[in-house]
Amino acid sequence: MDIESLTHTSGEWLRATGPESDIVMSSRIRLARNLAQFPFPNRADDTARSEIEEILHNQINRLATGRRLSYIPISTLEPIDRQLLVERQLISREHSENRGRRGVGISEEENVSLMVNEEDHLRMQVLHSGFALDECWAEIDRIDDAIEAEVTYAFSERLGYLTACPTNCGTGIRVSVLLHLPALVITKEIQKVFQALQKIGLAVRGLYGEGSQAMGDFYQISNQVTLGKSEVQLIKTIQDVVPNILSYERRVRNALVKENRRGLHDQVSRAYGILRNAQTISSEETMHLLSSVRMGINLGLIDDLEIPTVNELFIHTQPAHLQKIRHEKLESAERNVARASYIRQRLAGRPPEQN
Amino acid sequence: MKKCGRCSKPAVLHITELRHGEVQALHLCESCAKQYLSQAPTEAIEEMPPGAESEAGDDLDELDQRACPSCGITFKEFRAQGRLGCPHDYIAFEDELLPLLENIHGETEHCGKIPKRAPDSSQQQFRLIKLRSELRTAVEEERYEDAARLRDEIRHVEPKPADEEPPPAES
Repeated sequence: MDIESLTHTSGEWLRATGPESDIVMSSRIRLARNLAQFPFPNRADDTARSEIEEILHNQINRLATGRRLSYIPISTLEPIDRQLLVERQLISREHSENRGRRGVGISEEENVSLMVNEEDHLRMQVLHSGFALDECWAEIDRIDDAIEAEVTYAFSERLGYLTACPTNCGTGIRVSVLLHLPALVITKEIQKVFQALQKIGLAVRGLYGEGSQAMGDFYQISNQVTLGKSEVQLIKTIQDVVPNILSYERRVRNALVKENRRGLHDQVSRAYGILRNAQTISSEETMHLLSSVRMGINLGLIDDLEIPTVNELFIHTQPAHLQKIRHEKLESAERNVARASYIRQRLAGRPPEQN
Repeated sequence: MKKCGRCSKPAVLHITELRHGEVQALHLCESCAKQYLSQAPTEAIEEMPPGAESEAGDDLDELDQRACPSCGITFKEFRAQGRLGCPHDYIAFEDELLPLLENIHGETEHCGKIPKRAPDSSQQQFRLIKLRSELRTAVEEERYEDAARLRDEIRHVEPKPADEEPPPAES
């Protein structure tokens, strides 16, 4: 995979083709695995890290996923390219900022990402558009089986798959859905959702996972417990709760329209207007306005723009993407100008200018 | 109760040291331990909290100093970073980790996926981790006779890989 080409494409999961994709941006499952015969990455010296990378790189190469997987050695990438992969949700921040031999195998559609020498030796992730956890599980389970047939994972009969952090041991699974909940945010009902989710042991995070802020009214909901329940049980917990949140968000959206259709129409149109005309715009404002526009499209208040374009703008207007598109290093103020210009071109339906 | 290795008083401090890949177990009474620790030039000692002389301090300290025989991480290091050093830590620190796991997950028994490869080899794997780390140290220190012995031992313990063919050429 050519990193340069990433700025012209977007992941399959952004195309809003999956079920409930008006609210469920994406579904994701990740598994944490370690090779039995090595220390965990943070305790492994350079030689061990290289050996681990070699073993897992070979496994990734021989995986028959039906799609091509490219292996990118993260340690050789420029910081900007690593940042691009983070913005793209293909690697974690930790993986980008870590040191030493490490890499990632990525499928062409960007649905599959296999990180080597992250916090654990292997962090596998499958991502799909919409509410599609069963598909994610089927695919990641198959990849896991294929690798497991060739290597010996660290596993204990009592504690399951052994991981560097005890919070992941057992199944090593993190099941998550990324939800767009603007109406619940506007009405401040979102707090109730958080509390309810906490009670059943689910975590709520921002767009970029652990420790990240909720940008653009996106919330990631995921399991916290990984031991003592089966993968299917953990998936089902999320599958059972998400429809309730979706109907809550839809109910509140409809109530907002009913109460004050003109006011809401005005708000989303203004957001759209600013995005189409601004000459300089921050990332934060962009997220905020895109969120309004996204809801406006879903409510039929904006009819000349498609959801996948908006989804893509959330990702392509981030700092590393803008700088890759412009082929130059940009300071914050320059990025705000470049961002505004890029958004104007995309919303005018023109292909963005390349420098 | 074990007796102190230097006098005949009961041992209160049990130290596992990893030196050049060799595991050394020391059992010391309070006064010998103090003497030993004041000589041992390890970072851990400098960080010893002032209250460490008290009985509770001793217990905590004893636990903190215990190291995993495979990767050498101490429980103190784990507590500081929140990351374990190797899979064997789950056995080496089992007594301390089980309550922690219960706290995090509410359970301590895995009931999910099980590798299709039988996990009966886990003991052997933990032994391999240790041997490999010893081998690296031996090579670094140019102790080639030891290295050769270790390499043979690893070969002996290692499961026969199913895939002997060379890795596919990179494209």
